[in-house]
Formats: sequence, structure tokens, C-alpha cells
Amino acid sequence: MHNNYLQKTFSWKRIIADRLATLGAILAALLVLTPLVAILVYLVIRGASALNWDFLTHAPKPVGETGGGMGNAIIGSALILGISSLIGIPLGIGAGIYLSEYGHGRLSTLVRFIADVLNGVPSIVMGIAVYALVVVPQRHFSALAGGVALGIMMIPTITRATEEMLLMVPRSIREAALALGVAEWRSVILVTLRTALPGVITGIMLAFARVAGETAPLLFTAFGNQFWNLKLNQPTAALPLQIYTYAISPFDEWHRQAWAGALVLIAIIMGTVLVVRLIAARGVMKGSA
Amino acid sequence: MSVRDVNAWFGHVQALYDISIEIPANQVTAIIGPSGCGKSTFVRCLNRMHETIPGARVSGSVMIGNLDIYGNGTSPVLVRRRVGMVFQKANPFPTMSIYDNVAAGLKLNGIHNHRELDEVVEHALRMAALWEEVKDQLTKRSGASLSGGQQQRLCIARALAVQPEVLLMDEPCSALDPISTAKIEELIFELRSQYTIVIVTHNMQQAARVADSTGFFLLGKLVEFDSTEKIFTMPSDKRTEDYITGRFG
Amino acid sequence: MSSILDRAKLFRPRTDTKQVFPAKTTAVVPFSKVRVTGAVSPVPDYVFRYLMVVCALSVLAIVALILFELVIESRLSLHAFGWKFFGSQVWDPVTGDFGALPFIYGTLVSSLLALVMAVPLAVGLAIYLTEMCPSWLRGPLAFTTDLLAAIPSVIYGLWAIFMLVPLLRHYVEPWLAASFGWTGLFEGAPYGVGMLAAGVILAIMVIPIISSITREVLIAVPRHQREAALALGATRWEMIQLGVLRNARAGIFGAVILGLGRALGETMAVTMVIGNRTVIAKSLFAPGYTMASVLANEFTEATGDLYLSALVEIGLVLLILTLVVNALARVLVWSVTRGTPVSSHAQ
Repeated sequence: MHNNYLQKTFSWKRIIADRLATLGAILAALLVLTPLVAILVYLVIRGASALNWDFLTHAPKPVGETGGGMGNAIIGSALILGISSLIGIPLGIGAGIYLSEYGHGRLSTLVRFIADVLNGVPSIVMGIAVYALVVVPQRHFSALAGGVALGIMMIPTITRATEEMLLMVPRSIREAALALGVAEWRSVILVTLRTALPGVITGIMLAFARVAGETAPLLFTAFGNQFWNLKLNQPTAALPLQIYTYAISPFDEWHRQAWAGALVLIAIIMGTVLVVRLIAARGVMKGSA
Repeated sequence: MSVRDVNAWFGHVQALYDISIEIPANQVTAIIGPSGCGKSTFVRCLNRMHETIPGARVSGSVMIGNLDIYGNGTSPVLVRRRVGMVFQKANPFPTMSIYDNVAAGLKLNGIHNHRELDEVVEHALRMAALWEEVKDQLTKRSGASLSGGQQQRLCIARALAVQPEVLLMDEPCSALDPISTAKIEELIFELRSQYTIVIVTHNMQQAARVADSTGFFLLGKLVEFDSTEKIFTMPSDKRTEDYITGRFG
Repeated sequence: MSSILDRAKLFRPRTDTKQVFPAKTTAVVPFSKVRVTGAVSPVPDYVFRYLMVVCALSVLAIVALILFELVIESRLSLHAFGWKFFGSQVWDPVTGDFGALPFIYGTLVSSLLALVMAVPLAVGLAIYLTEMCPSWLRGPLAFTTDLLAAIPSVIYGLWAIFMLVPLLRHYVEPWLAASFGWTGLFEGAPYGVGMLAAGVILAIMVIPIISSITREVLIAVPRHQREAALALGATRWEMIQLGVLRNARAGIFGAVILGLGRALGETMAVTMVIGNRTVIAKSLFAPGYTMASVLANEFTEATGDLYLSALVEIGLVLLILTLVVNALARVLVWSVTRGTPVSSHAQ
């Protein structure tokens, strides 16, 4: 009787359902991978052909002429990202230190929540806000405005990473430092933060990788520039912006260059992500040398 | 060290009740008692570490010489330079080398002169009986790569490098094997001529071996405090007797 | 009493210390003169703490400023159009009549379309990775999907223009028109650019997020739930349905909503393939316009205060929509990955 019951519930339908489900899941995985592979392959093929030394070192030529490059956009991006790092890293680490070391009340819950909110602000809306806050008073587009926009976008990621990493430093380490007669502020920076440093740097690099590719916030802050610019208060070219402008243009030559630019951009971003993975793989707390 | 009417709280929960003790200088004083009786809390009140716990509070006074460490305007940082501490679980700084660990108390406070630091590090490590074992690898090995017993001796060296007057030890051997424990007890015995040592221990034989005076704590109160010999052979309080003979705890 | 004396013998403090602890030759060398000296004032601590608080407050200030600016700049438009703004299809910079409906429609339709395509794939991928994948494959595969998340929007757009759109125009859309034209969703000339293209590229961009959060949620389901289902004789798929998905429902829903939040705010890739025309059409082949796209295209060219104000108002609407959606998502995900999991009825 026991056997009969088992046989009744053991139907082929269930096995087929199981197999189909597995197949479905594998199919999903493949379908997800395909665009990634397609994008990267396409990028390398189209981009590599247009990538040359000229591309990296020259500014764009006027429409219709061949040659020229995105050198100014690369430098411009570097400038803007430099400004954004100057803004985003200190504020982000500071807020992270506050949340982990000093915040135990309602203010810290609020800050954490608002940091999450900030993270969810669409990048184009950020561009509008910074336009109103920086561009309008200055009366022109500027690298500074672009840096501010991107810097603000870096803050939530860095804050969360810093807080998490600092919280992971065991209490015993902090107590050891305090018991030696070290002032609290020195202990936080020279001991706690230093112990958590690899993780914090990871967070910073991830934030950097994210904003390096952002275009929308730069549309009305840095605005873009056909020429070289290193001044903080002038419109400046940026790599993602230039790619966008070229991509939607009707010129084949510019399309080629857009691919090359995309290749450079992806290389920078992927490079950063890979370095982050390597640091994480080596473990958070290594001894000295 | 002179402790008078010290009370301590964790938030609303009182952990120590009116503790008053005279801790003799240049001797080893042991604090014994069952788990949760407030031994660690008491000792942490002696170097103002208890208040670093959020919501914790201390009242009363603790005098070192003429200084009340809980007096108005006394900086806890200064107090901790005079009263050093070694913790139950060795906690060397993982990102620093052995040298940097020992020198931490000085380096973190801004002293960077290499020759002076070299001197201090060597002396501290010798006093902690660790010098011979690590002298070739001072800057090459991280503090965390040593064995348990060595790490604890490293922590002792680190505490000594700051030249405190009092050294507090919170169950320093409880996480160690018997051989390391023996080495550290040896160390304590040697150090006592230069420092006042207060050691918390749940191991009564250790107290008997190492300490000149012993205090017995129970449920946050000091039950008895006397020379070790007297406590263990002829305790005046029945509770002490019960504890020592193992009837509870 | 005798027991105490017995114990006393054991605990007699050692007077024969010389034998136990042989004297070492630690010469009594005076310790170095190096001491940490100097008064310690509490001021640096206060200053440092204050600085950190300032950093934390700056986060609050920034968000407040963003909201403030958006509201201020859209005052004109709010005043001029009121609620009609959301119902009007007219977007005419010349006459100064603005209505946001086409953009709201475009944003919602493109995002929902993206979700329809993305959710089965993302959840399927997550299930595969957590429940079915051989362990040597798990790491590389997870890493690759995370790589997808790192690709910037503009590069997605670039690829979409040159590879996706031709694909749609020459193969997919004709096939769809032929097979499913009767639904009315696939009418009109297949240009490739349009709502469908936007939906597809958004789907690709949103899959990594939905997948990675779903993975976290699935992993958070406690082991014993799975084991209980298996012990009842379930096949693996049944176990997944009963023991895992049921418990993770809220969290998966949250992951989907998070993906929605991302899709709503997505600008560059969508702008590059949606056609950018203010039309509301049933057919997916038709071009459209999203809130983010109109901002990207027209903001720098806006003439006149009312025009600009209308655009800022669209930005405000987009912001509020995204914030609400994200908040909802966080609550849902939090309910599964933290605290007790959603209660399951043994079934």
C-alpha cells in the first residue's frame, strides 16, 4: 500500500516540469550573457580600428574633416573627475566616519536614509539641480559644475562603504589604541580608518567607476567643448559627452571615433572594477609588507 | 592607587557598588571572583576605559598619587598614559609590523625620532621577554602573525613602551596555553618591582602564584581585600571561603 | 574548617620564588627618556567630531538643496498649468503651452515594457545562480553579470544605435508585425528606433540589478525551508517553488521595483533609441519620448522662462516618482533580507 501511494504521486509530469524549469533557467542565463558578449566584442572590433595615438592626443577637427581625436575629452574627464573626487571623497568618508563612530541616534538613521535617497536621484535631475546651483550664478557652464554634480553622486556609495568597513573593525582594536593614551580623533584616523582602509578604497574606486561613465549630469553642467580646456570655470569636454555627441551625429567619421572613445572609457571603468576585485580577493586586513 | 566609593553603571544597570580599595604600589594585586561579578568593569574604571562604552557611567574617585583621575578637567587620555592596559584577547594592530605595534603608543602621539623609538622598542620587548624571539623580524612581520602567547607579550610590550606607572591586566592568560601562561606569569613577577600591577583572573591558582594582595568581588561588591596568603588560608568572610573552596562560581 | 586548611596547602603562595622564576639578567637599565608629554586638550576631539557631523549634515543639505531648487524653478510652470500639466498632450514651445502626458506615458510604457522582458530573465538567472549552478561556474557567471552593471549608459546607447536598432528593423520587427500584428501593438513602419528599442535596451540595463538583489534575497531564505520541501519528496523545481520563491516573494518584488526605479531615471541609452517625438501611440514601433529624454534634449535649448520652468517641473515629477518607487523597493527588500523572513505556511 505504501508503494502504491508513492507510485501515484510519482508522475512524469513533475519530472518534465523540473527539467523544463532547469532548461528555462539556463536559457535565461544565456540570454543575459549574450548582449554583454555582443557589446564587448562589438566595442573591441569597432573601437580598436579607430584607436590610435592621434585619437588620444588630439582635439576634434571641424565637421567633415577626418582625423582629430578625443584627447581633450580624456583630459577634460580627468579634470572633472578630479574635482568630483575632491568633493565626494572627503564628504563621503566624513559622513561614513560619523555614522560608524559617532552616530548612535536618530540623526544617524536620518542621514543613512537620506544618503540612500541621494543615491536614487536620477542623474539627469542631478544635472538640473547643479545647473541651478552652480551654472546659473556663474553664468556659464564649467568643469567645476560638472565636478560638483559627479562629486555629489559619489557621496552615497563612499559613505556606505566607509561605514560598513569601519564597523567591521573589531572593538578590541579601538580599545587597544585608546588604552595607550591616544586621543580619540587620532585613534579614529590612524588606527580604525587605517585598518579599514582597503575596503574604503574599494568603495571609493567603485564610486569612481560609476561616475566616470555618467553623461546626463554633464549635459548642462560641463556642457562639452571642442577644444582643450583646463580652466575650472569654462565648459569642458568629457569622454562620455563626446561619445554621445558623436554617436547621434550623422557623420561616419564621428561614429568611428565614438567607438574608439567608448573603448577607452570601458577600459578605464573595467580596469577600475578589476582592481577592486583584486584588492577584495587579497583580503581586507593584511599585515605590513 | 587609592579607590574611593566607586560606582559604575551600564545605562541604568548598576555594576559596581561603593568600591573602596587601597592598591599598594609596586606590588601585584589580583582581583578574583565568579563571572559577571564586576572584576573587568572595576579594572576598566581604573584607566577610564569603562566610560568609552556608550551609556556607561562612573562615580567616585580614583587617586594616583595626588591626581584624581575622575577629577574635573582631568583628561582621560593623560590618565591612560599613566595607567596601561593589557586585554583578555591579545589585540595587536593588524596593519602594523611588530616594531610599529610596540612603538604605537609613541608614534600615534607624534613621536617619530627613529633612534629614540628604536631604543624604546628594544627595551620594551626585552622587558616583555619577546626580544630574542623577534629581534630579526621587527619590521618584516605583522603584529598579527605571531602566536597567541607572543601576541599577548607584544601587547604587554606595547603597553610598557608608554612607561605607565600602573599596569592593568584583564585576564591576560585566559586565551593562552599553559606554557605561554607560565611565561607571562614569570613576566608579571619580574615587572612588579618597577610597576604597580593589577591583574584580573578567574584562575585562583594564578592569583596565588603571582599576587601579593588579592581582592574578592561578588555581584559588584568588594567582599574582601587582603594579602593573598590571608585570603587563601584564612578568609574572614564566609562568601570568600565558599568561592575559594569551590562551592560556587 | 579542615577543608580550608587542605586547600591552604594547595594555595600557599610560593615563597621559593627563586626556583620557580629564576632571576633573569634584565639589567636595571633606566628606561628611555622618551615619554609622551604635553598637555592633552579635548579641543581637537571636539573639532574632529564637529567636522564629521558637518560632513554628515552636508548630505542632508544637498538633498534639501536639490529639492528646493527644483521646486523653486518649476514655480512658474506649476502656477501656469496646475494639474492640467499632467493631462495635456500638447508640448508647444512656440505657443508656450506645455503638457507632460506624452513624457509620462513614454517613461511608464518604456519602463514597464523593459520589466516585462527583464524580470523573467533576471529572476531565472538568479535562480540558476543560486540553486542550480555548478559551483565552479557560479563565481565567473556572477562576476559577468556584475560587469553588465558597470557599463555606462552611453555605451549601451551607442551599441543600441548600431547593432540593436538594425537588428530590430530588419529582423525582429517585421517578424513581430507578421506574427502578432493583430494585437495592434506592432503597427506602422518598422524603423527600428522607437518604444520597442527603448524597452529592449532598458531591459538589458535593468537585468543586472534585479538579478543581483534577487540573488541576495534567495540566499537569505534559510536552509531549513529548502530542506523541508525536499524532505517531502519534492523535485528540485518544486522545492524552489515551495521552499524558496514563496518566502522570497516580497524581496523579489522589491528587486523588481528597484529595477523599475532604475529604468525610470535612465536617460542616455533611451534618448538614443526612442525616437524623441512627442506622440502617444499604441504601437510599439512608434517613436516616443520619456521625461528623462526631453530633459536631455531640450534643456539647454529652452528659450523663455516658462519653457525652462516646464522642463524643471518634469524633472521634479521624475524625481518624486523615482524616490517613491525606490523607497517602496527598499522596504520590500529589507523585509526579507533582514529580520525574520516572511512567514511561510507549511505547504
